Amino acid sequence: MHGLRKIYGSGENAVAALDGVDLTVGSDEILALIGPSGSGKTTLCSIAGGLLTPTSGTVIVGDSDISSYSPKQLTEFRRNAVGFVFQTVNLVSFLTARENLLVVDELGPRTRRRARERADQLLDELGLTKRADNLPAELSGGERQRVAIGRALMNEPQLVLFDEPTSALDTHLGDQVVALIRQEMKSRGTAAIIVTHDQRITHYADRVTTIVDGRIIPRTPDLVQ
Amino acid sequence: MRLALRELHRRPSRFLVATAILALISMLLIVLGGLLDGLTASSTGALRAQRGQLIVYSSDAENSLVRSRITPDVRREVQRAAGARNVSGLGSVQVGARVPGHGLRDLVPVVLFGYQLAPRQLPDVVPARNEVFADSSLEAQGVRTGMTITLGPARSPVRVIGFLDDSRYSGQGTLWGSLDTWRAVIGANRPSERAGVGVQQALVVQTSGRSASAQAAAIDRATGGATKALTIDQAIQALPGVSAQQTTFNQIIGVTVSIGVLVVALFFALITVERVGLYGVLKAIGASSWTLFVGVVFQALVVALIASAIGVVAGIALDIAIPPGGSIPFSAGAGRLITSTIYLVIAALIGCAFSLRRVLRVDPASAIGGSDV
Repeated sequence: MHGLRKIYGSGENAVAALDGVDLTVGSDEILALIGPSGSGKTTLCSIAGGLLTPTSGTVIVGDSDISSYSPKQLTEFRRNAVGFVFQTVNLVSFLTARENLLVVDELGPRTRRRARERADQLLDELGLTKRADNLPAELSGGERQRVAIGRALMNEPQLVLFDEPTSALDTHLGDQVVALIRQEMKSRGTAAIIVTHDQRITHYADRVTTIVDGRIIPRTPDLVQ
Repeated sequence: MRLALRELHRRPSRFLVATAILALISMLLIVLGGLLDGLTASSTGALRAQRGQLIVYSSDAENSLVRSRITPDVRREVQRAAGARNVSGLGSVQVGARVPGHGLRDLVPVVLFGYQLAPRQLPDVVPARNEVFADSSLEAQGVRTGMTITLGPARSPVRVIGFLDDSRYSGQGTLWGSLDTWRAVIGANRPSERAGVGVQQALVVQTSGRSASAQAAAIDRATGGATKALTIDQAIQALPGVSAQQTTFNQIIGVTVSIGVLVVALFFALITVERVGLYGVLKAIGASSWTLFVGVVFQALVVALIASAIGVVAGIALDIAIPPGGSIPFSAGAGRLITSTIYLVIAALIGCAFSLRRVLRVDPASAIGGSDV
């Protein structure tokens, strides 16, 4: 990301959520993005994932400059190149764990058998094979978060964005989930940006970046282990 | 679409209220349509049974069979215009019939038709004098083959030699005999309406080659304006009350369909509001607005079809339960059932289309920091 600006509103009411952000994430790097509420970290994460378009600046994911993509191109980009794990898990409540993974395949050109094999493989890796046919309401908080991670990995993304992945989990479960995230990202060589308030996560990140008032603070070495 | 189908399958209770309301609307549509069809059928069967394409009245009759009189001279003019073989006479008289087994004052209202060109279902040979075919609705009144019934105050006897279906007229059962039988019955029971030799009330014309409306105009020109030739459809619409009945019922059906649109629109508007979070997440992971809207349309379609199926079953059950020729003129034919289903499906599609804007407006960015779906 280079020279990234995001302005909400106009004229006297204009608010800069991001103000000249330059940030690079390596292809298998785990970046923890921390900062106070309203600092712009969610906006930054949304732009990186193609959920928002920047007011100015460039965003390059892999070899693609997505900053000038149309809404249709962004939809396709999100479907094919990026994975999301949301703060409140957000699984589809009437789908089983396996179907929550397969829904990613159903949104685009379907690969059916390959998708089924990949979903089963991911569920196995995430220790959810026996829970594959359970609905989200029948799963524990940690299991739901693991299903959400599996869904984010279904499309073999170049980048996975985690929005406060441990906010709804207790300390022990939060540690387990973050360790799992690191393991999954590193085993696949996938880049990840983790938006968090949770200092524990920073122990598992390769790099920690702080954002305040829409600007990246150069270094926060005291937070990195 | 699979997602929409799974939601229908796993969360049927979510769609229960809308399905129940639409099923009631479907039943209402079928009942209204069935009553309209029944009323229309019981008023127009005699004209629809004709094998000709035109009915020719005298021009001063104002398109009324009862008032119309065609003299032999006028008939010859019509024959010259239409071809002698294609023109046949028709007469009618409304009388009370005494049916064996009924009380002396328990008259069954019937319309006796005298004909030359046999209506559909009847043999080409016209019955002998004082023999008639009866509409099958009269079976419910105790009329049977071989039975002699007496007509009007003069108690003119006619013997029933068979039955035909769907030939009711003005809401009454009909009897079909020769023009001689008709002339004898009307002469004995309605002296003031007596028809002279060779006089008929109307002519049934089978057109050949030319369009029916062109031939109707040619006939009226040939008679110098002494006749008013109508196509069968025009003659049906000219029957007293038929057009008004159809307009009234169709307006009520239109209002009912509008209510169906409203129900579906409100239901899917509510369900879409409930799903804003879900749609945000699905859009975030790559679903297009179109994919999501197709799911809404699919669910509306399934709900409408299930509701229609319930309505159709209820309509068929009602049709079986109500005896033909009874006091309730109800007829739920395949055409009416299909039409009602199409109305409801269209109502569902229009109704759910109101959700499109809301689906389009869901921002995928809302998934980040959003709530549970």
